Amino acid sequence: MAHTAKQKDYFPFLLLVPATLVMVAVVAYPLFETFRLSFTNTSMSPNFEYVGLENYEKIMSRRFPEVIARTFYWMGLSVGLKMLIGMLGAVLLNAMVPGRTLFRILVMPPWVIPIAIGVFIWGWMYNGQFGMISGVAQRIGILSGPFEFLAYKNSAFMSTIVTDVWIGVPMVTIYLLASMQSISRDLFEAAWVDGASRFYRFRRITLPLIVPSIATMALLSAIATFNSFDIIWILTEGGPRGATTTMIIDTYKTAISRFKYGEGAARTVMIVLFLGSFMLVYFMLLSRLARRSPNNAA
Amino acid sequence: MLHKYRWYEYVLIYSGLALFLTFVLAPFVEAFVVSLRPLSGLFSIPYRFITDEMSFDAYFTMWENVPLLWLYMFNSFFIATVVTVLGLICIIPAAYAFARFEFPARNTLLGLFIAVNMFSGAVLIIPLFKLMQQYGLLNTYFAMIAPGTAFVIPTGIWLLRSYLIRIPRELEEAAWVDGAGKLYTLWRVIIPVALPGIVVVTITAFITAYAQQFIFALTFNSVNELNPLPVGLFQFFGRQTVVWNELMAASLVGILPVLFVYVFLQRYIVAGLTAGAVKE
Repeated sequence: MAHTAKQKDYFPFLLLVPATLVMVAVVAYPLFETFRLSFTNTSMSPNFEYVGLENYEKIMSRRFPEVIARTFYWMGLSVGLKMLIGMLGAVLLNAMVPGRTLFRILVMPPWVIPIAIGVFIWGWMYNGQFGMISGVAQRIGILSGPFEFLAYKNSAFMSTIVTDVWIGVPMVTIYLLASMQSISRDLFEAAWVDGASRFYRFRRITLPLIVPSIATMALLSAIATFNSFDIIWILTEGGPRGATTTMIIDTYKTAISRFKYGEGAARTVMIVLFLGSFMLVYFMLLSRLARRSPNNAA
Repeated sequence: MLHKYRWYEYVLIYSGLALFLTFVLAPFVEAFVVSLRPLSGLFSIPYRFITDEMSFDAYFTMWENVPLLWLYMFNSFFIATVVTVLGLICIIPAAYAFARFEFPARNTLLGLFIAVNMFSGAVLIIPLFKLMQQYGLLNTYFAMIAPGTAFVIPTGIWLLRSYLIRIPRELEEAAWVDGAGKLYTLWRVIIPVALPGIVVVTITAFITAYAQQFIFALTFNSVNELNPLPVGLFQFFGRQTVVWNELMAASLVGILPVLFVYVFLQRYIVAGLTAGAVKE
């Protein structure tokens, strides 16, 4: 027994070595580097100086606050739509109608395929002259002529959101559906015996019981949306005239396209602060949920 | 009965589903139809869904016009596979440690791993780019594999840990009593029993790895021969005259493997995706 007790000391840590090594090399150390770079004027040349808070002052005095506001606006609209459409989809797929198994399988493809490839298809659909959306809209008479969706500020902004929603909806739908199906049938049967209507059962049983799942999904979805890069980069590269430039896009342009690593790093630090606060809320939510239902540990 | 619907409820549900699935699937249908149209039919006004002279020509001509297409597909597959294997090497022992052993700062460490989920490659792109440059790793497979691996680990640990917790302890204790070493026990007792859980983690990791390649390849790689499919095709997407029917054909062929995997293993994928939503 003493043998096992002694082994216990280091064995679990041994098991964590590979994962920890990767995390330190790819996440922790780069994160530390970002922080350090944000106080320098590093660019292409090997020489750099520490410039204190200059980068932060620079970005706060320019249009970056506008970019932050736009990022939150973009994220809010996108997450709101994802939750709304995902919720509707989950309710519909939860209905006991013939064909539901097939319908559930058909929801997932946008999530399964590489994001970039889904976005190529949307890029074609947004084409003003020959694309499907403009074409169909002209047929039904919503548009009177060709409309280039990605060429104007507002329509480009909305187009990138629609594509982001398309990619995010399957995940939300399936997650909420699973959560609805985990509710015990007895509850519905008891309510049904008491003569509760379908809508009443949904409002008084389903909805309250899936609120934790809704909150969890909304937060995870917000984090993913905040990080979104492929969609905007492929469709508009942040344009037209900056209309779709979110914090991630702005950072990428500054650092990778214009080689201003220091200024880019300062932007990244801001992003990490925002993401960190989302994550904090997420952990608080998880621990509150764990306390409420102790056997739901996993 | 509880689940009996009236006729108008059926109408409502099915029209809702039709609308919902149209939104989800219309791009795929459109991509397929576009891949069948000749270029002349593509650029016709007004827009028509079905045009004359539809054919599978684009599926043959694309191999000539995108000469490296087969290589892009191979690269995508290769990178995703290596990321998955490396990911599993990290995930399995770590998940086992978190599921079975008491050690100081266990929950904090687990929290730190999960917290990595909040980052995407885009956030860490600057220091990673500088590091790769410094060590001469730009334009290698490694540059696209290493960052990818980090981002499949947290979810993998979380999924597999919740699976391992449910395996009875007696199994390992019996092996230890028989004098088996702890690593041997993990390899010979735990992994075989946990195989269904490992399958879920493998599929989830592979799909993530296949989907996330764009930004790493775009930033860390400029050697065309090493490009995965999304970046390989992106070069054609950005051109003045895009050969749309071939681009769509190539995209569809490129997503076929994952769609194939999905259709056959969707039960596992949904299980991986929803773990945590369902109470145990």
